[in-house]
Amino acid sequence: MKFSENWLREWVNPAIGTDELASQITMAGLEVDEICAVAEEFSGVVVGQILSAEKHPNADKLKVCQVTDGTENFQVVCGAPNAREGIKIPFAKVGAVLGPDFKIKKAKLRQVESFGMLCAASELGLSDDSDGLLELAESAPVGSDFREYLDLNDTIIDVDLTPNRSDCLSIHGLAREVGVLNQTDLTPIDVAPAAVDIQDTFAVDVQAADACPRYLGRVIKGVNVKAESPLWLTEKLRRSGIRSIDPIVDITNYVMLELGQPMHAFDLDQLSESIVVRMAGEGEQLTLLDGQEMSLRADTLVIADKARPLAIAGIMGGEGSGVSLETTNIFLESAFFAPISLAGKARSYGLHTDSSHRFERGVDAQLQNKAIERATALIVEIAGGQVAPITEQVSQDDLPKANEVTLRRAKLDQYLAVSIDKEQVTDILTRLDLDMVEVTDEQWVTRAPSHRFDIAIEADLIEEVARIYGYENIPANMPTAAVNFTPVAEAQTSIQSMRATLVAQGYQEAITYSFIDKESSLQFVPDVEPVPLENPISAEMGVMRPSLIPGLMKAYLHNQNRQQSRVRLFETGRRFIGSVDALDELDQQERLAGLIAGSREAEAWYHNSDKVDFYDVKSHIEALFALNDGDMPTYERADVVYLHPGRSAKVMIAGQEVGVFGELHPQFAKTLGCNQGVYLFDINLDAVLTGKLPVYKVISKFPEVRRDFALLADRETPVASLQNIIEDHAGEAFKEVSVFDVYQGQGIDDTKKSVALGLTWQHPSHTLSDEEINKSVEQILVALEGQLGVVVRG
Amino acid sequence: MENLKQILTDALAAVSASDSESALDEIRVRYLGKKGALTALLKQLANVSAEDRPKFGQLVNEAKGQVQVEIAKRKEDLAAQALNAKLATETIDITLSGKGQEVGGLHPVTRTQERIENFFRGIGFDVAAGPEIEDDYHNFEALNIPEHHPARAMQDTFYFNANTVLRTHTSPVQVRTMEQTQPPIRIVCPGRVYRCDSDQTHTPMFHQVEGLLIDENISFADLKGVLQQFLNVFFEDDVKTRFRPSYFPFTEPSIEVDIWRINSKGEGSWLEVLGCGMVHPKVLEMSGIDPEKYTGFAFGMGVERFAMLRYRVDDLRMFFENDLRFLKQFK
Repeated sequence: MKFSENWLREWVNPAIGTDELASQITMAGLEVDEICAVAEEFSGVVVGQILSAEKHPNADKLKVCQVTDGTENFQVVCGAPNAREGIKIPFAKVGAVLGPDFKIKKAKLRQVESFGMLCAASELGLSDDSDGLLELAESAPVGSDFREYLDLNDTIIDVDLTPNRSDCLSIHGLAREVGVLNQTDLTPIDVAPAAVDIQDTFAVDVQAADACPRYLGRVIKGVNVKAESPLWLTEKLRRSGIRSIDPIVDITNYVMLELGQPMHAFDLDQLSESIVVRMAGEGEQLTLLDGQEMSLRADTLVIADKARPLAIAGIMGGEGSGVSLETTNIFLESAFFAPISLAGKARSYGLHTDSSHRFERGVDAQLQNKAIERATALIVEIAGGQVAPITEQVSQDDLPKANEVTLRRAKLDQYLAVSIDKEQVTDILTRLDLDMVEVTDEQWVTRAPSHRFDIAIEADLIEEVARIYGYENIPANMPTAAVNFTPVAEAQTSIQSMRATLVAQGYQEAITYSFIDKESSLQFVPDVEPVPLENPISAEMGVMRPSLIPGLMKAYLHNQNRQQSRVRLFETGRRFIGSVDALDELDQQERLAGLIAGSREAEAWYHNSDKVDFYDVKSHIEALFALNDGDMPTYERADVVYLHPGRSAKVMIAGQEVGVFGELHPQFAKTLGCNQGVYLFDINLDAVLTGKLPVYKVISKFPEVRRDFALLADRETPVASLQNIIEDHAGEAFKEVSVFDVYQGQGIDDTKKSVALGLTWQHPSHTLSDEEINKSVEQILVALEGQLGVVVRG
Repeated sequence: MENLKQILTDALAAVSASDSESALDEIRVRYLGKKGALTALLKQLANVSAEDRPKFGQLVNEAKGQVQVEIAKRKEDLAAQALNAKLATETIDITLSGKGQEVGGLHPVTRTQERIENFFRGIGFDVAAGPEIEDDYHNFEALNIPEHHPARAMQDTFYFNANTVLRTHTSPVQVRTMEQTQPPIRIVCPGRVYRCDSDQTHTPMFHQVEGLLIDENISFADLKGVLQQFLNVFFEDDVKTRFRPSYFPFTEPSIEVDIWRINSKGEGSWLEVLGCGMVHPKVLEMSGIDPEKYTGFAFGMGVERFAMLRYRVDDLRMFFENDLRFLKQFK
């Protein structure tokens, strides 16, 4: 809420400056967002009046004006299109200073002398409006100091109020708070019931008393809507960011700002028979005063007459029933709408008004009478009219009850870890307008005032006491607690060491958005209907990702397009597969995904320009699985739409697929515009992190024996199948097999490849003899030939 | 005797003049071998008077020893010289880069998140995680934010349907923990959160670390103590703070914490970094914890904001562009 500091000081005027006031209310929970001067610094500007405006003899766009300051006349050359005889304007005389150092001097413009300057609002820092001269009211006293005339030695304070403090959405409410903080009394405005001139009433029928527990209406006849709103009124509105419209609307807005009660004025002559406060019919039509056609829902409270809905209650009035230039008789509304009945309604219609903002958060349920009397008095003063008595419909049962809340000394002390004097607590609560029902050494039984309906439980009172006592006066302790640490599963690889391993392999961690565009979701994961957002930021971020790969590819391309040819990225995060209709079954698995592209190592002097390939990304995956002695994966050919069918694999743990990796499909690479091979992986993070505790095995004291073979196998035979057969037939002393060469080409059959293997044996309890090794070798070779047709290369 | 002196002098001269191991071997043979000059002298011992014989024998043996030592020394010298010469030819340019992978780095958000987590782990908090697509109950209702509460407008929510949202904070993880555990509860919940807002200073996805401590007798003073210490540790400084009343539906009292920052022009200002408060009794009750017996505090912070402050990043959106020229600055 934006407000004029001077207006606040009319209500309460503690002896502190603007900055201190701002910091004080901020520290009381009313956070000041901005403080700005109502106008820029300037001096020597008076209210002037243009006596004549003639065309400049030497320039089409300039005028030569005769301007008076009430005592003397001055010739001023002016370029504003609206400069014309009769209007009153801010006149900066010779010697005036605008802004920090713009001094107005006598000048000659195209041979015509000019003594001073006529000002636009922007030139005085009043607004950004630079469309011509600022035209002042006819009543503006010529010659008076412009700053004093507009009361410009004022600041606008903008407070960002939290939803619980709707009691501060008015000058009165803010003043109450400032009064409490400074222990300063308020200067209340005098609101006396208006003298009743006529007996005209207009019937009010409240059919939804739970939503509208109190409705006050009053007829005022013969108002002059064409009367000018006085400057003090329009300026106060302007400083709160509200435009002046006509005196009736201005006054209802003014009372809303002053007291916090949103009001509405109807044109009485447009109303049919009576006011009916009821729920809307489903689909009922209403054109709002901003011209929007609304189709109403049955959960919406409306103000209607016998014939039609007139307004969405507490949110916005309708077209045709409000005050217009033709209005002479009005019906003034001051109602209390229950917050719960209005909550979310404005938003559901795409609306947000000063009125809905207040009603949703809650208005003081005892304020309506005071507000209607205040508005009546101002209307009579400014626009005249004959006042009729107030019609009031009230449902006591539906009105909020004053909350009785007890604060216990023990709870207060425990919460705040400081014992505040009983007198001080009582004083704070009393200053906050709480009634002390009972005060003992053990507790305070209080009743909250109607404007502090947010105070409902003991914790609310603790907060109030703490707030006024000052959060800064509460000590800071470290809590003491029994030392109790949850064991960390050592078999589980920490995500930190997983990340560190990838970082050591040259990866940069990426974080991509969890939502992607539907098109690329279907492109990469065509068999999954992605989970759509109901209200996405844009179609680009329309669905939840079923895979981390599309986001990473986008990141890759971002970098490729910025001359980053060597890319290694990884990301951890959730993927989303399933339906929100079965939330418990929706797969939100954490995945680890990554990609590499470009040279294996950064360009350097030692001829290492080899590009990465399938086996690089495989080694990175294996390094992760090897981190914690878990099961090492096995691999099967993958069938993934975005991966090269011959250069991709499924990562299998205990027969279950936990991920895939491989080269980006050349067709994808082409479509996406990749200028080199990209290798990707996407694995279940849990599978990577699951390991087991190491268990020590005795180290044999006996020597190792190694035999090397070159075998001829069919090209299609996976080397892993050779290894498996060897492991199965090599006997109990077998230790390991390594592949130290794979060759195909000249010297061997086109359909064959040569695989060179090194086998090692080591027995735990004796030195192996040649006979033992030979026997194992024989078994292996027989099995290899029998099962795979593999023979020793001759 | 004269002869011995002469032979010794000659031998030593030959040793020092020698320039190879083979030359030294030759010298050894010539003087110390079976037919060597010094060996020959010993053979003449019989011709020396009995009186002089021991003395003469001793002198000859000393001379032999001396020659042996000098030969050994010379050998070592020659070996050292040869090694030095070899090493000189093997010299390489030590300014060329090392071989192998350049290390990568963590995302600044992760790095910051880990730093935050580490503080709280250190004082006995556990780390908890939970789903990002959440039901309305855990994201709102259980946190004392009923439907249409104005506080819902404080957080622009991404919806899937009326009952399912992208979590707007990591608080639902706290709710889930409270539902499953009785106090004492000490957890931090890091993770991605989402709000339907995108401009210069908002990204629709960002990261939070929220924390919760519930036990008997936990007070506002404990909250102040823990968070002040956290800020001091995080920024490695005595951070000037202010604890300011605010409002969150799930805490009462509610607090925002500002820190005093000096910008590059030397101007100071308060900057909000943490939201926190004493857990609202209703929130405890809804999750099955007795608010009469237990009290607690909760807090939440935006990881990106801490990363921006820590590493002086001035554009929030850089965090999610994944530009290597940005990412590589954090190692």
